[in-house]
Amino acid sequence: MAGVTYKTRQLRRRYVERSFATIAVAGGSFWLLINLIKSPSQFTEVTFTGLSNGILYALIALGYTLVYGIIELINFAHGDLFMLGGLFSAHFITLWFNQNHPTGAGYGVLLLCLVAVMAFCGIINVGIERFAYRRLRRAPKLAPLITAVGMSFIIQFVGLRWNGSGQKTWPSLLPAGNLKFLGVRLPYTTLISFIVTIPVLLALTYIVTQTKQGKAMRATAQDQDASRLMGINVNRTISFTFGLGGALAGAAGLLFEQTRGLTTYNLGYQLGLIAFTAAVMGGIGNLQGAVLGAVIIGLIQGWNDGLPIGLGQQWSNTVVFSILILLMVFKPTGLLGKPMTEKV
Amino acid sequence: MLKVENVEVAYGNIKAIKGISLEVNKGEIVTLIGSNGAGKSTTLRAISGLLKLKSGSITFEGNRIDGKEGHEIVAKGICQSPEGRRIFPRMSVSENLDLGAFLRNDKDGIAEDRERVLELFPRLAERINQKAGTMSGGEQQMLAVGRALMGKPSLLLLDEPSMGLAPVLVDMIFETITKINEQGTTILLVEQNALAALSVAHRAYVLESGNIKLSGNAKDLISDPEVTKAYLGG
Repeated sequence: MAGVTYKTRQLRRRYVERSFATIAVAGGSFWLLINLIKSPSQFTEVTFTGLSNGILYALIALGYTLVYGIIELINFAHGDLFMLGGLFSAHFITLWFNQNHPTGAGYGVLLLCLVAVMAFCGIINVGIERFAYRRLRRAPKLAPLITAVGMSFIIQFVGLRWNGSGQKTWPSLLPAGNLKFLGVRLPYTTLISFIVTIPVLLALTYIVTQTKQGKAMRATAQDQDASRLMGINVNRTISFTFGLGGALAGAAGLLFEQTRGLTTYNLGYQLGLIAFTAAVMGGIGNLQGAVLGAVIIGLIQGWNDGLPIGLGQQWSNTVVFSILILLMVFKPTGLLGKPMTEKV
Repeated sequence: MLKVENVEVAYGNIKAIKGISLEVNKGEIVTLIGSNGAGKSTTLRAISGLLKLKSGSITFEGNRIDGKEGHEIVAKGICQSPEGRRIFPRMSVSENLDLGAFLRNDKDGIAEDRERVLELFPRLAERINQKAGTMSGGEQQMLAVGRALMGKPSLLLLDEPSMGLAPVLVDMIFETITKINEQGTTILLVEQNALAALSVAHRAYVLESGNIKLSGNAKDLISDPEVTKAYLGG
């Protein structure tokens, strides 16, 4: 008898979940469709903005998920590293190289800055792991976690000293204006975000899936001792992972600074939280998941904030987190996350 | 070839092995037998550099290897198929084998060894693209041994290769161990299945609660009344 009721309950539960998901997706699609019909050009513009925000979040989210994947630590300092990347880029371009408008030389500096900021944030992240987290690797999970929170405050303080307590605005080297195409206006800055981010993401995919170092990363993420027995230098592999995550945060910092033209010391908290949410939504530890989650959040924000019929910007975070909570209730491992039992 | 001298290893305050010494000569199969918790796996983990010694020394081909990191010891030619198999479950059989050859750069040699492993374990060839975590226990065991062989070890450490296997597979694994040895690899074998281990090994050490209790030729130990009573169910 008990078995039968359990089974019925399971089935009923699945039925409720399915119908709920169907209603939610149908409702969402209906809302998008109405907006699309009402103003196709605005819909396209807003979608592009959402996408470009999404891939910026993805760059940061990947850093969270890479580190979590390999040592199961939520690196709370990661968002602040992104903030530091933005500050570094602003100083590098505007103050050290005196570039303040789009020129040929400006693009050269921009490219140079991309390399420099990726190295800068990568090295800082490696340093943080080396000095703060490595010794705690066998400690109870709360110890590195609280250390990460502490690290986040330390970097914020550095940002506060460097940037000041207010918001600073900076000139952009990216061309202003829009690309007009069939009545749709796409800002050049948005297009450039894609041009910068997509190769970076492709390079990351290549490193993780095709190179020896990437193989070592995936092995270390699954079983550290077994990896040692394969001859993998586990410490170096973990350092490499932090370096990679840091470099992505640096690229995101530059991109943000140049497209928005501003820096604040607590930017890492705001965007870091969103990026972390994206990583969890996609299934933390899963790289494609982080990108997917980030793009979804970017799109939801874009649509919610910019569509003619929508709740508007003041509801932005409410909508994003409501969707996150609902998703978590029905799929606790995230969109592409694996069930915990697989990690023995 | 391998010399373990007066080695002590402790987990916190609890000593798991209390000053053991053993030796493995080139070309041999040496087995380390003993009951659960005697310190057999601890010994192998210490040799592979996964555990730090409290005291004592480990020498391999004349060089001290205690205190070195796990990956450095693999580079010296000691590979291990660990207890509980520890294959990479979310990678394919093929990727697992590639990881076994992580430190090698000789493409031709790797391809040759891969062929040899697949010849020793034809089942792995059938499952080459399957995710390792979805295979049966016996297949995973074959993969763990095969993966260790991909490192082209001069000394192969095998930790409980027969654990949890069906009797047919146990026979097959021990036959394969003999075959690997005949192909030129020295083997240190840890086993609970004392009879099977003694029947393939040249020499043996009997470990009991962290100490070496007996040692000698495997043939002699197999008929030793004490061993028979304690480990062979006689």
